Amino acid sequence: MSNGTLYDKVWEKHVVAKLPTGQTQVFVGRHLIHEVTSPQAFEMLREKGIKAKFPQFSKAVVDHVIPTHDRKRPFADAEAELMTATLEKNAKEFGIEEFSESSGKQGVCHVAFPEQGLIWPGQLVVCGDSHTCTYGAFGALAFGIGTTQVSHVLATQTMAMDKLKVKRVNFNGELNAGVTAKDMALYLIRKLGVKGGVGFAFEFGGKAVESLGMEGRMTLCNMAVEGGARSGYMNPDEKTFEFLKGRNFAPKKDFEKAVSYWKSIASEKNAIYDSVVDFNASEITPMVSWGVNPEQSIGIGERIPSLDSFEGKAREEMQDALNYMGLQEGKELLGTPVDVVFIGSCTNGRLSDLEAAAKILQGKKVAVKTLVVPGSQIMKRQAEEKGLDKVFKDAGAEWRFAGCSMCLAMNPDKLEGNQRSASTSNRNFKGRQGSPTGRTHLMSPLTAAATAIEGKIANPLKHLRN
Amino acid sequence: MNSEIKSLKGTAIPKISNDQNTDDIIPARYLKEITFKNMGKYVYFDERFKNGIEIKEHQFNNAKFKGASILIAGANYGCGSSREHAPQALHRFGIKAIIAESFAEIFAGNCASLGVVGVTLPAKEIAALAQQVEKEPKTELSISLQDKTISFAGKKLGFEIPEGKRQSFLNGTWDAMAVLKNSEQEIEKVAEKLDYLKYE
Ligand code: SF4
Repeated sequence: MSNGTLYDKVWEKHVVAKLPTGQTQVFVGRHLIHEVTSPQAFEMLREKGIKAKFPQFSKAVVDHVIPTHDRKRPFADAEAELMTATLEKNAKEFGIEEFSESSGKQGVCHVAFPEQGLIWPGQLVVCGDSHTCTYGAFGALAFGIGTTQVSHVLATQTMAMDKLKVKRVNFNGELNAGVTAKDMALYLIRKLGVKGGVGFAFEFGGKAVESLGMEGRMTLCNMAVEGGARSGYMNPDEKTFEFLKGRNFAPKKDFEKAVSYWKSIASEKNAIYDSVVDFNASEITPMVSWGVNPEQSIGIGERIPSLDSFEGKAREEMQDALNYMGLQEGKELLGTPVDVVFIGSCTNGRLSDLEAAAKILQGKKVAVKTLVVPGSQIMKRQAEEKGLDKVFKDAGAEWRFAGCSMCLAMNPDKLEGNQRSASTSNRNFKGRQGSPTGRTHLMSPLTAAATAIEGKIANPLKHLRN
Repeated sequence: MNSEIKSLKGTAIPKISNDQNTDDIIPARYLKEITFKNMGKYVYFDERFKNGIEIKEHQFNNAKFKGASILIAGANYGCGSSREHAPQALHRFGIKAIIAESFAEIFAGNCASLGVVGVTLPAKEIAALAQQVEKEPKTELSISLQDKTISFAGKKLGFEIPEGKRQSFLNGTWDAMAVLKNSEQEIEKVAEKLDYLKYE
């Protein structure tokens, strides 16, 4: 059993009671809400005549259904309009602050909330969204929850949970040029498998993790859930404190006091983990997924595995993935033509991601339809101040409003037929990008930008050199 | 908060075919609604209505079963997806208990979390019970969770229910909300002691 880790320390502070069911009731320090998983939860409270217990600890935003092209209200899609209006109404009625579009703070939840300084080390954070694990980048314990649990948190500011085990994941050494946090995430999932983290929280560490900026850390933690872990985090350090300083919701008068708490909850040097894995960061190359889950990924120069390396059920699954993706075993992915490039999402829709893509697209033209979607309105403004929008538009890419966009099929940005997409999002499941036969290749913003230029899966290193 | 369920009384709807799945109970197109409020109206919708016309004989439309709060079903009831909408639909239609030959596991769990009691009887007894209710729709069934029996028309049958579930109904812990709310004082205490909630 783990001991002395950040997870153990923060968990301990939030324990409310041991429940008759054997689970632990924990206090939730920060609760975040979006339009898809919350309406039934608010309804449950309304039906029972219960108020939100600590509405000041919750914040809300609309991201999944919001169009990124035409934002005139009411939205053309009546269901999207209803979901948006319902969140607005619920937030108002229950006294919860919403970052509406007119506030200028709207964005994909996992981009918009941390940039407001809402996520701190040592918090227990939940949201009705599986990628809530993103917030682990700050040294918070962050979990995705279901709609019924959302109602529990609204009503009691607590929920029932089982404690996870802790797996320490070290990325030792340094990353090579052109290799990013996204590549680390895909590498990790390829090595440990999509079930490798089931029952665990990942604690990321090692030199390569420490050298990531806060945005890169969010990218890595974002994908923890794709590796089966409900949560992933790293210990807070000076970069964390620096990021938070001066942000809207970060402590001001008590900042120093906060920093000393934040330092105190880091894992002890001699902490005990349930499991430890070590990777050599210098072995990682730009990664691309070839299949229908993130484990089915390879280094950009590698070949798709051969069917013979699998047996029985695994072989069937691989054959099925190849059929769906329209690919063949043992072949290179490099050079595979794509129809659409999507740069955005809560994995890679932040300023540094947009800068990375712009670095490659500067002065070039895209060969295929390319959507660049900033993660939040603030990211959009920051990118525009740096002239990135111009780089994208000059290259022939579309520069959109902030939202989940083509990460999933709940707004007008969708693949059609069996279009093939190069995407910086986090899920390559069948049908994920809106067409039941659409094909998704996950990759970093650098690789996606290089792919946009060539119109086929391309090695970013080549384009970085030019 | 009193969430204890010790016994239930009511008339019943017999619908005893096997493998009734969650798509039968609530068609997928109703999953897009933002509340569960209307789910009761949609229960078994595609069986109950053809081209907008009510099928009068369907058990959930049939006037003779109106007001029933107990459903009698066959084997593997509620198989299919994990959608919370299916038990919600039955619950909101007014079903408080389901007597079946067996249940699909996820469905059974979802039912319990709404306080819908699921109990099982052997096929023969299900058939006998259904027959009685068909003949005499006003037959009142009385389900006792304390002695695990169903009484009706002067007869008494012993039923099965997983012991953990039975206890959670008897002591009210099936209602996670109520259980969490019970810790009111402890919640306040933790909120008080978590310094970071008060940082300015
Ligand atoms: S960007 Fe994609 S993964 Fe992230 S919150 Fe939106 S839909 Fe979910």
